[in-house]
Amino acid sequence: MSDILVDHPYIEDFLTSFGLIVKPGADSLQSYLDNLDPDKLEDLGISEEQLRQSFDDFLEGMLAISDPMDKVEALTVIGGHDKSGSAEGIELTLKPGEVICIVGPTGSGKSRLLADIEWVAQGDTPTKRKILINGQVPDNKWRFSTEYKLVAQLSQNMNFVMDLSAEEFIRMHAESRLVTDPQKKVAQILQQANELAGERFDPDTPVTSLSGGQSRALMIADMAILSKSPIALIDEIENAGIDRKKALDLLVKEEKIILMATHDPILALMGDRRLVIKNGGIDKIIESSEAERKNLVSLEKLDTKLLALRNRIRTGDTLENIEGV
Amino acid sequence: MRFLTISGPPSSGKTSVILRVIEALQARGKKIGVVKFDCLLTDDDKLYAKKGVLVQKGLSGALCPDHYFVSNIESCVTWGHENGCEYLISESAGLCNRCSPHIKEITAVCVIDNLSGIGTPKKIGPMLKSADIVIITKGDIVSQAEREVFASRVKQVNPGAIIMNVNGITGQGAFELTSLFEEASDIETLKGKELRFSMPAALCSYCLGETRIGEEHQTGNIRKMDL
Ligand SMILES: Nc1nc2c(ncn2[C@@H]2O[C@H](COP(=O)(O)OP(=O)(O)OP(=O)(O)O)[C@@H](O)[C@H]2O)c(=O)[nH]1
Ligand SMILES: Nc1ncnc2c1ncn2[C@@H]1O[C@H](COP(=O)(O)OP(=O)(O)O)[C@@H](O)[C@H]1O
Ligand SMILES: [Mg+2]
Ligand SMILES: [Mg+2]
Ligand SMILES: [Zn+2]
Ligand SMILES: [Zn+2]
Repeated sequence: MSDILVDHPYIEDFLTSFGLIVKPGADSLQSYLDNLDPDKLEDLGISEEQLRQSFDDFLEGMLAISDPMDKVEALTVIGGHDKSGSAEGIELTLKPGEVICIVGPTGSGKSRLLADIEWVAQGDTPTKRKILINGQVPDNKWRFSTEYKLVAQLSQNMNFVMDLSAEEFIRMHAESRLVTDPQKKVAQILQQANELAGERFDPDTPVTSLSGGQSRALMIADMAILSKSPIALIDEIENAGIDRKKALDLLVKEEKIILMATHDPILALMGDRRLVIKNGGIDKIIESSEAERKNLVSLEKLDTKLLALRNRIRTGDTLENIEGV
Repeated sequence: MRFLTISGPPSSGKTSVILRVIEALQARGKKIGVVKFDCLLTDDDKLYAKKGVLVQKGLSGALCPDHYFVSNIESCVTWGHENGCEYLISESAGLCNRCSPHIKEITAVCVIDNLSGIGTPKKIGPMLKSADIVIITKGDIVSQAEREVFASRVKQVNPGAIIMNVNGITGQGAFELTSLFEEASDIETLKGKELRFSMPAALCSYCLGETRIGEEHQTGNIRKMDL
């Protein structure tokens, strides 16, 4: 049994999470399970039959994590209808590395569109949209699997409740994903996060004391490097304390399909297209034009100006003279 | 009538999630009944009544709420059936972590929240470990990495369950959850059904009202710590 526990440490985690005590010894795993005391199991609130069933399910899940994920080369949204029942009449295919912005007023149906994608809707949601993966009706596993999540969603809130340092936190996440060489991945994520964040932070900074920008940077780096989900959903990346262009580039480089709900002009122009949502339906698709991209340059200048002013406020300067900014 | 038992630690978001599902079921024209179990006090029944569903509430007072649940649930199911409910949902808070209201062949749902800490899933007994569907709430308050770590801890103690994130406030995920409710167990009565797991044995002198401390007052099913 000792050998098995060394090769597959998660087996011990599994057993101890049921309150069982594991003593590594010569016993085989089989005889360990056969010899569990039924009274002890009763105390722990599990039957032998259920423990065995859970153990099988658990191993199956663990083995699935290390399977390579099916590659998503294309995600197709086949239009349904809007809130008044008019057909959307579109078929939209998204490819890895694309950045798509979703715009529209509150209540127009942005979140519903994102939810349709996450649920790989098959005409069974209020919009009646259908989602295809690689041109085909996808396997149901995408809906419920925790290992194969189609979509990783970056929260708008970046609070942490765990009392861990940034490094410990990312390591725990890496371990839960069973990545090979977690140490290296963790270092990579921390380095990336520091490149994205306006202000650097140490690996042993408690996650709860990271600034908004630092948390966002950490979570984007984590998503890019650890998450296997082929689609990234982002509900607005706030401006403060993070290099948004670098952040998007990082996700693009990892060949993700990026869907971003935003009304920020700079982010919107960084996208390849914008889906305009109205009354529950995709009303228009706007390709970012050459003229718009040209304007991006002056928008970025404007943004840099504001950032410089912000820094002056931060350092206790006055804004009486802003001529040269 | 489709019947589901929903349980979870106090304030984990059970009522919020059930309310979101009720909205989705009502949009499909379904008639719904809810039975809320608690110990001392609850206002959940008012929230349900506001939605226009049929409600019953049971307060267990001095009894273990789950023991109270199991002695009453059969009549509640009959009540729901006789009143023409198409869906009956029971809400109960798991208070002792060892009792569980889940019944064999009846769709069992456990609601647990991201804020409870990653050590919590393993501390909860059959209520979580034997559920068919585990709903994780309050994902809006934590980062996506924390959501993933928490879900993996839930998966560790109940690898066979469907695990879903649902937001009790915005209702994100509630539509999808509702489609699982549509496949829930379809029954008319609980006659002949069995609990998924026995409830802790009791019946010591303290169960019977003893308050004095000391060996001489301890009779019945007594167990001592190994010190
Ligand atoms: N941020 C956030 N808050 C939530 C969510 N779900 C529930 N809440 C809040 O959590 C609190 C408790 O929710 P309830 O639905 O009353 O919890 P409960 O499990 O029914 O509680 P009891 O019946 O008293 O055991 C309420 O203030 C809800 O608004 C969620 O997904 N996100
Ligand atoms: N095509 C549609 N048909 C019916 N209901 C819809 C449709 N699109 C969106 N809705 C509903 O409209 C409401 C608002 O949509 P939501 O996606 O939350 O908007 P937003 O995220 O843009 O604020 C939700 O209840 C959603 O389910
Ligand atoms: Mg929204
Ligand atoms: Mg409640
Ligand atoms: Zn109990
Ligand atoms: Zn007792």
